Amino acid sequence: MYLYDEYDQKLVDERVDQYRDQTNRFLAGELSADEFQHLRLRNGLYIQRLAPMLRIAVPYGMLSSKQLRKLAHITRHYDRGYAHFTTRQNVQLNWPKLEEVPDILAELATVEMHAIQTSGNCIRNVTSDQYAGVAPDEIEDSRPWAELIRQWSTFHPEFNWLPRKFKIAVTGAEGDRAAVQVHDIGVRILKVDGQTRFEVLAGGGLGRTPVIAPVIKQNLEPEHLLTYLEAILRVYNRYGRRDNKYKARIKILVRAMTPEVFAEKVEAEWVHLKDGPATLTQAEIDRVKKHFTTPPYEDLEDHVPAVDDLLADNSGFGNWVKQNVKAHRQPGYVSVNLAMKQTGIAPGDVTDEQLEIIADLAEEYSFGEVRVTHEQNVTLADVPKKSLHDLWSKLVDAELASPNLGLLTDIICCPGGDYCSLANAKSIPVAEAIQRKFDDLDYLHDLGDLDINISGCMNACGHHHVGNIGILGVDKKGEEFYQVSIGGSGYEDASLAKILGPSFAQDEIPTVIQKLVDVHLAHRQGEERFIDTYRRLGIDPYKEAVYATWEV
Amino acid sequence: MGSLIKNKTVQADDNLAFLSLEEYLDSGERAQAVWLDADEEVEGIADFLEEIPAIALNFPAFSDGRAYSNAAILRRHYKFSGEIRAIGDVRLDQLEQMVRCGFDAFELAEGQNPEKALAMIEGFSFSYQQTVDREPLFRKRA
Repeated sequence: MYLYDEYDQKLVDERVDQYRDQTNRFLAGELSADEFQHLRLRNGLYIQRLAPMLRIAVPYGMLSSKQLRKLAHITRHYDRGYAHFTTRQNVQLNWPKLEEVPDILAELATVEMHAIQTSGNCIRNVTSDQYAGVAPDEIEDSRPWAELIRQWSTFHPEFNWLPRKFKIAVTGAEGDRAAVQVHDIGVRILKVDGQTRFEVLAGGGLGRTPVIAPVIKQNLEPEHLLTYLEAILRVYNRYGRRDNKYKARIKILVRAMTPEVFAEKVEAEWVHLKDGPATLTQAEIDRVKKHFTTPPYEDLEDHVPAVDDLLADNSGFGNWVKQNVKAHRQPGYVSVNLAMKQTGIAPGDVTDEQLEIIADLAEEYSFGEVRVTHEQNVTLADVPKKSLHDLWSKLVDAELASPNLGLLTDIICCPGGDYCSLANAKSIPVAEAIQRKFDDLDYLHDLGDLDINISGCMNACGHHHVGNIGILGVDKKGEEFYQVSIGGSGYEDASLAKILGPSFAQDEIPTVIQKLVDVHLAHRQGEERFIDTYRRLGIDPYKEAVYATWEV
Repeated sequence: MGSLIKNKTVQADDNLAFLSLEEYLDSGERAQAVWLDADEEVEGIADFLEEIPAIALNFPAFSDGRAYSNAAILRRHYKFSGEIRAIGDVRLDQLEQMVRCGFDAFELAEGQNPEKALAMIEGFSFSYQQTVDREPLFRKRA
């Protein structure tokens, strides 16, 4: 993974000092609450319903064992002994003290971490594919490019006060695990005649107005990536709406201009930048790439009888392997997913002890690195297949072996009304009620891949628009209701979910999910996924099944 | 009005008169200072930049970032070498970003401490990206 040099380290250290000064000036009354709000947000500090919330950046989801141990220490010393993995591969603390945040940042800086631009109307943490560098379907490793974008966007002086927040995702594989079509900018890495080229999408997003992004640039040569991004950002910074925060994202601008005109504007701006000093040098591309070389793999047999023979039966181990373990490009290796979705625990939550256990296991089995996924899970990307049973036993002891990756109970869920001051409704209890109703693992495995996404409000942190089943908390005359939609996907076959009909009370949701699942099971052909059956049938049978018994 | 900072020192008000864009275009006299609001484009005065001694760019609110792009375009695309002054809601924590985008004079908002401003104006030691006054860090690393 990327390691800081003296420059990276100095910038992060200087940022700690700068933020400490800002905090001190606020506490001394020299900065107004309004001004400090903007400054602290650019450092990931929200003031929430019950306490501040600090969002810590995990660039494209990569964490080392050393960093995990530091996070464990911070949650224990400055918080309540747990942290939360977010839908953008970051980590959040729910109970830090405002006046201690500079100390937390100083601790983070010792392990090359920070909270820079994890909130506010600026360029946010860059996200990518959790299987980058190991996926069998990979075209090129996306992480060096994500790191180059991270550096370019960090403290960009011109783009720190954008109309609205700005999120960039990069994928370098055939399967899209970075949701590039629903980001402000999505970058796809392709090979054209053996050469690396980028396809750039702009103006996608979720939130109040979900949009699948159009492609605005094809065949972009790698050295021009940063100048082209700069051109997009400059056009957005100048012309994005600032009069209405619900219309301020780039998707609204792209739509208003039309993608063609927007692309022309960007081209006209790019003419000034292309081939200028910001054009990437081969030396810089090589410098960053050398941080993402393959680890020292052993020469291993791909067939491991002790594992392969257990796959057929429905033992706990077999189910876990089938669901949570993914293929790897290196023979004899696999990627192992820890589904942070134990029933009764908020999706994505992790204790200090679990963080330390994950750190130890990563060191023992996966070269000391893990990746946080945008599904709020954790991946050990480089595990020898022959060690799977040992690893599994240890994960079971640590309650980290939920064999439900990608299944109905692997719910993506924002913190919701329990924590977030923006939320209209709670989301964690809804996730838990669903997990409790669907507690039969054999049934879940038979049902197959099914994404449920829950957001507590229109801001869509739970990405409900791209859930196969999406659940959105809404406020109806002061009461919490839930709107259900179906048919979304956040992957390479991206689609936006359609609203099923009138919303439901919280306690009705598990039954609604059951009815939707019943329609699927009644109509599916063979092993068909929920989303594919839906695409074949259309929304009507689901609607009828759900509303037939409700008078609305 | 708050303090004026130029040449990295606190200065007395220089009473430089800035015309609004409309006044400037109507006047016909090109060698005059002009101020632009955040929604006014520098392209509108591009033909007269050689004669204009100073351009003020207004920040209607400190959270409105459009003037940074206007300044960067003046310096980088048009190579404008006259003064670019930040006016309006100009606060301490924005100064560094203004310098990087090409501002070289700052009319601080009411109540902003000018001595503190001088201490904060340099900001970070390096910039990852190309700015008006710095090459991108990767060229230094090479």
